[in-house]
Amino acid sequence: MNRLLFGDNQFFGVNHMSEEKARAQSIRFQDVSRIIEVLDAAYDEGVKTFMCTTHDKIEAVCDHVRANKARYPDFVFYPCMPYAHKYANAITEDGPLGALRRFLPSDGLLDAAFRGGASLAKKDIEGVATLLIDAEMKMFDGLSTPVIFLQNVVVDLLLGLNFKEAFSIFANHVKKKYRAEPGFITMNMPMLLDVLDEVGVKNPIVCSNINKIGFRMSGGFEAYERALKEREFQAIAMSVFASGAIPPKEALEWVCHQPNVRSIVFGASSRANIRNTRDITLQFWPDAA
Amino acid sequence: MVRVALVGLGKMGASHLSIVNAHPLVKVTAVCDATGYVLDVLSKYTGLTVYSSFEEMLQADDIDALIVATPSRFHAPMVEAALKRGLHVFCEKPFCLDPADSIRLGELAEERGLVNQVGYHYRFVGAFQEMKRLLDAGAIGRVTHILAEAYGPVVLKPKGSTWRSQRAEGGGCLYDYAAHPLNLLNWCFGAPNGVGGSVVNKIFSRDSDDEVYSTLYFPDGVTAQLSVNWSDESYRKMSTKVSVWGTNGRISADRQECQVYLREAVAGAAGYSEGWNVRYTTELTDEVWFYVRGEEYSAQIDHFVQAVSGGAMETVSSFRSAAETDQILAMILADAERGPSTTRETPIERAPQARRFSLFGGKRARTAG
Repeated sequence: MNRLLFGDNQFFGVNHMSEEKARAQSIRFQDVSRIIEVLDAAYDEGVKTFMCTTHDKIEAVCDHVRANKARYPDFVFYPCMPYAHKYANAITEDGPLGALRRFLPSDGLLDAAFRGGASLAKKDIEGVATLLIDAEMKMFDGLSTPVIFLQNVVVDLLLGLNFKEAFSIFANHVKKKYRAEPGFITMNMPMLLDVLDEVGVKNPIVCSNINKIGFRMSGGFEAYERALKEREFQAIAMSVFASGAIPPKEALEWVCHQPNVRSIVFGASSRANIRNTRDITLQFWPDAA
Repeated sequence: MVRVALVGLGKMGASHLSIVNAHPLVKVTAVCDATGYVLDVLSKYTGLTVYSSFEEMLQADDIDALIVATPSRFHAPMVEAALKRGLHVFCEKPFCLDPADSIRLGELAEERGLVNQVGYHYRFVGAFQEMKRLLDAGAIGRVTHILAEAYGPVVLKPKGSTWRSQRAEGGGCLYDYAAHPLNLLNWCFGAPNGVGGSVVNKIFSRDSDDEVYSTLYFPDGVTAQLSVNWSDESYRKMSTKVSVWGTNGRISADRQECQVYLREAVAGAAGYSEGWNVRYTTELTDEVWFYVRGEEYSAQIDHFVQAVSGGAMETVSSFRSAAETDQILAMILADAERGPSTTRETPIERAPQARRFSLFGGKRARTAG
């Protein structure tokens, strides 16, 4: 895993501070070529891993990278699935079953699974889950995806429900079918580590908010500090700037000095900002080059 | 330990279940839904006790509190049965489709000393709490006008087969979206004396509404304009905003930030200076013990659990306060039905009825920017 990963929130009008900024960003990145320009800048500055949601627009980015393999010999994708709004809107329109039908490749399995009415075998649930993963992975065909993430909305929903086996189903499928490492994004890192441990997902890759002011670190700042010190896992820090609430140098210095942080995922809209983040990080993590 | 049951495993129900199940003071003792396969998956993988019959679940003797997240038209009978059984109740919004039920059930809960709350989660958003605090402190002087807005991309084509597309079930933009900004108005300014100029239109829906506009008349000549549209694809997700004008400035709040312009600094608003002031969600939001989809969803469940656990009856979003919102919803529907007054022979034209086919044939091309 590279120490600096490039995130994609800025491309899709996700900004935790301001709706106006979010809109300005979605206008700016409406055209996929503008996204690719920024990705090119990141790549050329040495940030070659793109941690991205399975948003429709990413499909066009995938096509571009596939078509220009010589330009991007080391380009790596870390897909994060699913893009939740897609499903949420579908469930509102068609209900949960209708939404499933919409996203599964064919109706065959689902119909077979539900033919028995209320009784569903565990293998059917696993079958539906793995087909959904495959549907999300389609756009990355032929590209390098060494780590595949489950998004925080899903991870945390399942975590609260105590639906533990879902994590091992995801981990096993990702390892077996894609020869990739499973990753988990969460807003509840200490609690998730306990559950992953319980279901036997060893030394997991876990991406969570890790920032100096404790913004969206549910379970509490101390519990995060303790987990970083004592638990065996590969931590990726996101929201290190807490949506701009912490100045870059102060934020990065703090994060780089935490024990056991493997990587930092950050978003930026310009080459200057990418370079700036990289250079500051290099001061504290000389191996980030 | 508070023993909690939940009925209705749709989008809101699943999220509430996840949040409440992770609460350290709670044990979830029963879950009820009408859909067999959902219950089946849940009991197989989580070990929760499930019921397909609400009546049967209510007979169980290990329940202290109930979360109701069914389609809105079931709220009144289910809440009533639960209260009569002596349960504390958290109910999704809108509370009841008939405001007479809302008032009656609010009185019933209070008579029996039961904790009662409705899921108006915006009351737990830091920026709106800050707005209310500033208004209560008189920061912008005498309030003259309010603009309450909500936009989002829910219904974008003539389709939809769930209860959310049926007004009779409590679906539609009025009940689903407009209820939120209206409830914020109730919270900050109380109940209006009347409404006028209401428009409740269809854009794509056949059996419910997609856009709602109205003028609300509050005491002392304060007016509010409501503008709500859930067929607006330019928004990534639901976005609610309230702007308030006063003699000493303006406050504008949404989920991310609270922007304040003060003509003069005032004693009640410490830290706010003359001119522009912005407070962001990062500084206004209290951390929660468990996060699924926004601090406010966790905070409202925690508020309910703490009230039950601590024996406090009053909640920030009580049945009584939700009844005020249900009354406005009913007034807006009646006002829109009555239509505008006109001095001309020609009747006012209504928007064309939604058709079953799309004029645009699916996704429209965007102009490059």
